[in-house]
Amino acid sequence: MLAQVIAVTIFLIMFALIITDKIERHYVTLGCGLATLILVFGVCMRDFEAAMETLNIAPIFTLGFWYEAGTASESSSGINWATIIFIAGMMVMVEGMAKAGFFRWLCMTIAKLVRFKTIPIFITFMIMSSILAMFIDSITVILFLAAVTVELAQLLKFNPVPMILAEVFCANLGGSATMCGDPPNIIIGTSLGYSFGDFIINTGFIAGISLIVVVIYFYLVFRKELVSGVAAEDLDISKEATKIEDKKGFTASCIIFGLAVILLVSHAQTGLTVATIGLFIAIITLIAAGKSAWELLTKIDYKTVLFFIGLFVVVGGLEQTGILEVIAAFIGKISGGNMYLMIAIIIWVSGIASAFIDNIPFAATMIPVIKSLAQTEGIGLSILAWALAMGTDIGGSATPIGASANVVGTSVAAKEGYPIGWGKYCKAMMPATVIVLVISMICVWVRYL
Amino acid sequence: MEQKQMIISIGREFGSAGHEIAEKLAERFSLPLYDYNLLREIAGEKKVNVANLEPYDEVPKKGFGSRTVRGYSNSPQENIAYMQFDFLKKKAKEGQSFVVVGRCAEEALKEYKGLITIFILGDMDTKIERIAKLHNLSEKQAKEMIIQQDKKRKAYHNYFCEGKWGDSRNYEFSINSSKLGLEATVEVLEDYIKRRRQML
Repeated sequence: MLAQVIAVTIFLIMFALIITDKIERHYVTLGCGLATLILVFGVCMRDFEAAMETLNIAPIFTLGFWYEAGTASESSSGINWATIIFIAGMMVMVEGMAKAGFFRWLCMTIAKLVRFKTIPIFITFMIMSSILAMFIDSITVILFLAAVTVELAQLLKFNPVPMILAEVFCANLGGSATMCGDPPNIIIGTSLGYSFGDFIINTGFIAGISLIVVVIYFYLVFRKELVSGVAAEDLDISKEATKIEDKKGFTASCIIFGLAVILLVSHAQTGLTVATIGLFIAIITLIAAGKSAWELLTKIDYKTVLFFIGLFVVVGGLEQTGILEVIAAFIGKISGGNMYLMIAIIIWVSGIASAFIDNIPFAATMIPVIKSLAQTEGIGLSILAWALAMGTDIGGSATPIGASANVVGTSVAAKEGYPIGWGKYCKAMMPATVIVLVISMICVWVRYL
Repeated sequence: MEQKQMIISIGREFGSAGHEIAEKLAERFSLPLYDYNLLREIAGEKKVNVANLEPYDEVPKKGFGSRTVRGYSNSPQENIAYMQFDFLKKKAKEGQSFVVVGRCAEEALKEYKGLITIFILGDMDTKIERIAKLHNLSEKQAKEMIIQQDKKRKAYHNYFCEGKWGDSRNYEFSINSSKLGLEATVEVLEDYIKRRRQML
């Protein structure tokens, strides 16, 4: 009992410190992770095995961690090293792509294809944001897309805020479509043994329908604000804008990105785990970078990697003490075994929670909960997993602090002289979030129950 | 002889006439004055409407509702504050001399040898009298306004700076403008600045 109380206390302190944003997130999770190891596993439980299970180092040295023959198996609890290695590997690839000018080239080429007309740029950028976010972290997608949007807004004299908001929403939506698009999905996929293909035919299907609806929604909401002050024909930007400085680096980054997509799409068939793919992609990016390899390595966002490590330990503490099973039993009790209600609870609680708190710790915490719920209530685990993925991925769009892409998008806009407060943000994004959560709930109900 | 760079940073309590003193000093030393007009300059450079930025001028960052990801913050208050600090740093780096009111300048520009840091305070009754007259308010309303504004300035300053707002250890010259009155305070400060300028 004492172990449970301490584990929950550490978890709540971690959440409170993350929300207050006074101490950097990775210090918070690492500190709380250490406290979990010492106080929960050491002092209260005196269970060395539970601590080792949470640190989860031994499986890295097994073949199954890197190569899974046959069907994917469920990994044990604790630090999800596959997620961490994959995220770090993709960070290296994305840095390589950014250095070669891939993102700017892509944005400008698309803008050029639609002849620098505002509404077509608005629509194509929303779609591009979703597609890129399926494979690349949404922070990077928005970082480049928002910067190019502001640049185009200044040239074409339109207000970039509506376009940036729509791009942010679509990046979060695109991230929900695949296993590697959003950190909660990577954690769900690697923890529960789902493949890239599983995600694309389930959450990808919902995201696809939702994308059509939100493109129409944002067009209707923002069309009056997207009037350009100058005629596109008067501008002399079409030649220089799509010029590539480093052709060799650009070609290499395109090939590596293509390879990453192929490996991810086919990983259930090849048996390569996401950890292997992440490591392989990082290695070939570094080889292709040659002398710039060290520069790419130094740009890795190690703080996020450390954040994940600490987070998994704290959640491991909750899991080992059995407190998450109590939460699962509570959800089962209030839904009274009604599967429709259970799905609705998972989607809306995840969505509302993710709007205000970081969706990564939330998803990591909820995985053991849905596992337990599936066992006790006899509902398919995958159904709960898709509900959890959509709730956490989409709910984050509702407020400026709900997801990383929102923070980066609003920050880029503010730095360029377009500050976006909570009011302006939520007025456009909250209805879109509610629409997609309703679509997700209906899709899960109709398709699986 | 070429004049060395001189940056006069003026922190102030609300109602202490700090802004007016800064204006007079800028006039006497023929220096440009940066205050809320900073945002106009920034908006001009970025080709945006200054009305977008004004609501966030010298406003403290909200604790709840802000998040930072990889060094990017969603807080408009924080982004606008850093834009102003960067603008001041750019002007200082270019070797420009100027007077700046508030905006954490005493800390943002501390690396510049020509920086002279001043804090203007005042007696509450004098401040109330001044604010009541300026804004056509009752004494009670004026007092409330002073307390509110100073609370905001303090929170803003102390979030972005290590040194505390109004702490005399943070400034080389702190003066109560109520004791000598506006003109005489300006005279004293002018004399001090001239002496300091000789030492630069």
